[in-house]
Amino acid sequence: MEAGVLAEAAAMPWRRRASERTLAREGRIWTLWSIGVVVTFGAPTAALVAIEPLAAPAAAIFLAHGLAVLHIQAGRGARAVVPIGSERSAARRGDADPAAEEVALGLLGDLLGHEARELVTRTGLALQRGQLGTWLVGEEGALMVRPGGRRVDCWCVRVSESGELPAGDRVAHLLLALREDEEGFATVANFNFSGAPWRVRLRLPKLAQPALERARSIAGSTRSRPPAVASPPRRGSPPPSPRAAPSPRGRGEW
Amino acid sequence: MSRLIRLDRTGHTELASWTAEDAEAQQAAIEAFRRELDEGMLASATLADGSAEVVRELPLDADLVVLRRPIAGG
Repeated sequence: MEAGVLAEAAAMPWRRRASERTLAREGRIWTLWSIGVVVTFGAPTAALVAIEPLAAPAAAIFLAHGLAVLHIQAGRGARAVVPIGSERSAARRGDADPAAEEVALGLLGDLLGHEARELVTRTGLALQRGQLGTWLVGEEGALMVRPGGRRVDCWCVRVSESGELPAGDRVAHLLLALREDEEGFATVANFNFSGAPWRVRLRLPKLAQPALERARSIAGSTRSRPPAVASPPRRGSPPPSPRAAPSPRGRGEW
Repeated sequence: MSRLIRLDRTGHTELASWTAEDAEAQQAAIEAFRRELDEGMLASATLADGSAEVVRELPLDADLVVLRRPIAGG
């Protein structure tokens, strides 16, 4: 296995490795698809109203159908992320162990820097700056705001045998994998939506919406690949060893 | 003090801890590490700059090594 490559990505040689270029192409496809839906439903609506204004109510229903398609697709992307403490969170299951949840949240907090720790406590999503964009990691998926802050990509990804893992641990698993190899993480995860941030925001649970705003604000200040932002070093941490030297591909810098 | 922990249903379990001077604790940590990898866990060493690295051998100089389960697309 190539050094620095996520083991799960290495086990999927048939998948093209995600990169800035492949994500840009996916984004364009999603934009074309959305335009296609608007034209498919919007043009007949306009034509129908032009030919017979009395048919406006029927035309409006037709147009609403198109808008619902766009809304459902963005909702699918937003639903996948599952913030800690949200309705679908493992922490809300009937058999959740509060002590384990607390321990897991403590470890997740240790893995994050000060700002991200405060944000995950408040919104249930862990913020991580990457080379491809600014990530928000939940229990079963991740959102990534592209540099510039004008597009959000949504991924569905989870621990393969999550069993009775507490919510914080589910996020920690994904966060570690993302830190190990950002492009590998995006390769393993299933890409399920790309579009304007407001479309995703509408369908995110209310508690998680400030996290998206924060990620947008960070991503908005970067126009291209964001510079690596290191987390504050832990007290007593040794200096990075040669093993820690970043590779040109395969490992994100944080 | 370096630590080897496993993410599990209890939140996490500390499997081993060692220092640079304690060869016996290091050996115990290496054995625990190999046992977990044989059971399908993946290891991630947290580096001083906040990044993480996949490891197949226990890096004795790392502060924290976390064992996690594989992830998959949902």
